[in-house]
Amino acid sequence: MLEIKNLICGYDSKFFLQDINFKVAGGELVGIIGPNGSGKTTLLRAITRVLKPKKGEILLEGKNIWQLPLKELAKTTAVVSQSPETGFMSVEEFVLLGRIPYYKGFQLLETKSDLETAGRCMELTDTFRLKDQPMNQLSGGERQLALVARALTQEPGLLLLDEPTAHLDITHQVRILDLIKRLNKELELTVLMVLHDLNLASEYCSRLILINNGQIHKMGKPEEVLTYQIIEEVYKTVVVVEENPISHKPHILIVSASG
Amino acid sequence: MIWILILTAILLGISLLSLCIGSTHIPLKKIVSLIQQGRGSNEYSILFDIRLPRILLGFAIGGALSLAGVLLQGMFRNPLVEPYTLGISGGAALGVCLNIVLRLSQKFSSLTLPLFGFLGAGLVILLVYFLSVRRGMLKVQGVLLTGVMLSFISSALVMLIMAVSRTEDLHGIIFWIMGSLEEPNWFLIKAALLVSVLSLGVSYLFCFDLNALSLGEEEALHLGINIERSKRLLFVVASLLTGCSVSVAGIIGFVGLVVPHFVRMFVGGDHRILLVASFLLGGIFLIFCDTLARTIIAPLELPVGVITGILGGSLFVYALTKRGNRKL
Repeated sequence: MLEIKNLICGYDSKFFLQDINFKVAGGELVGIIGPNGSGKTTLLRAITRVLKPKKGEILLEGKNIWQLPLKELAKTTAVVSQSPETGFMSVEEFVLLGRIPYYKGFQLLETKSDLETAGRCMELTDTFRLKDQPMNQLSGGERQLALVARALTQEPGLLLLDEPTAHLDITHQVRILDLIKRLNKELELTVLMVLHDLNLASEYCSRLILINNGQIHKMGKPEEVLTYQIIEEVYKTVVVVEENPISHKPHILIVSASG
Repeated sequence: MIWILILTAILLGISLLSLCIGSTHIPLKKIVSLIQQGRGSNEYSILFDIRLPRILLGFAIGGALSLAGVLLQGMFRNPLVEPYTLGISGGAALGVCLNIVLRLSQKFSSLTLPLFGFLGAGLVILLVYFLSVRRGMLKVQGVLLTGVMLSFISSALVMLIMAVSRTEDLHGIIFWIMGSLEEPNWFLIKAALLVSVLSLGVSYLFCFDLNALSLGEEEALHLGINIERSKRLLFVVASLLTGCSVSVAGIIGFVGLVVPHFVRMFVGGDHRILLVASFLLGGIFLIFCDTLARTIIAPLELPVGVITGILGGSLFVYALTKRGNRKL
């Protein structure tokens, strides 16, 4: 579904992503991990057409994203950013903004199907009960769910998330990721998410892409990528890798300096 | 939706009131009979040659400035932005100054005055635009800073011209800068109305773009909005509205800043309602202020900018402190 070919990308002359090559097949749940400043967010911005690549191509279903009309792109790809400004609108109004790519030229009011789609997405994310509440009065976890609801109303085939669990407690971290996993399975939604928490990435993603210093360090299943040698090499900190007794996925245990 | 009906009703009410009140009071019933009688009486002249043009112009200019305020505030996501922040008022003042000092209105036609105002405004706008475009993208902070700086420079130049000009010219310049809805030329009034109302229509094509932009430029991009094209077009429309208003009526401050905020407090941030509601309230506000300006110390007239400033500013501070910063 998504293919990145020979991507070189960055801001002015300072930071460059180099030789990024990977594919994401339809229905996959892929996680992008890496230390701070490694280029994860830069990569995501390149994929969402915010940053123009210096070289290389980003193909969505075989078509270059820079040659697709913006509205077309918005109907196939939805992005959940890290805490955008939301103002004082109600949850329903906010979620309905996700239908903007579908409005025709002179249309001013939402159609019935727009309202139904928004309602369905709010139900999926358990935010329907909050629909009349102003966005700025929601808790962190509820806000994140509302952001996902808005992305879903775009009816995308690919969902991109930038650190969806940042600033959330474990209840909400699990809730959001369980939801994403469910959407991935039930709606066959392809998901690509940037995660900073290695254990969550290990638990939920079927494939991981580890980025370091602007290049792909290792790609593969969590068991292949999350070995103590690789983590120590990339994160420059001592760790022990065990197996999660329930899911049998790799679990990283940090080793503090005092021991 | 109810708000729009309420506002339209208030608009019509205020307009009728404004027709009646003045240094010569003309009651409503008499207006009807005067229309039937046709031209001839003194009072007919007052109604149709003096008051009606002012009301129409008040509607056009008040609407235009408020609309420009909404567009710019939506584009910059900054509640302190108003039409004059772009430096347009400075440029227009400079153009008018030169026109008065060079006596062009007497040598050619009186239409050269607003024309020069418009040209001055246009020049500043082009400067602001080209100084703020980087690699094809309109940098929003750049526009604000450049606009403010050019405003200062223009004001300084205007003061320079005033310092070396003759007293008669000085009077003309200052009078123009203070802003006035008194305009004898029907062509200009019709032009102002046309530009304002057409711009309102055009702005509606962007109501969803503006709603999306309120989330931030990157978010709007993710929703499929062509932000560069939208910013450019909104910039052009807002500049056109402001340039026209300033060249026809001088510098009437506060309308473009205060009215959008007021409307936002009552109807929220959805631009589908915000655009037309601000336009209507702007018209109401300006007609009201103008009526007050010409009746409060009748038969003398205060410049309308004085009333908009004092009234608008105080009402706004009052509303702000009462409701807290909730819906700003």
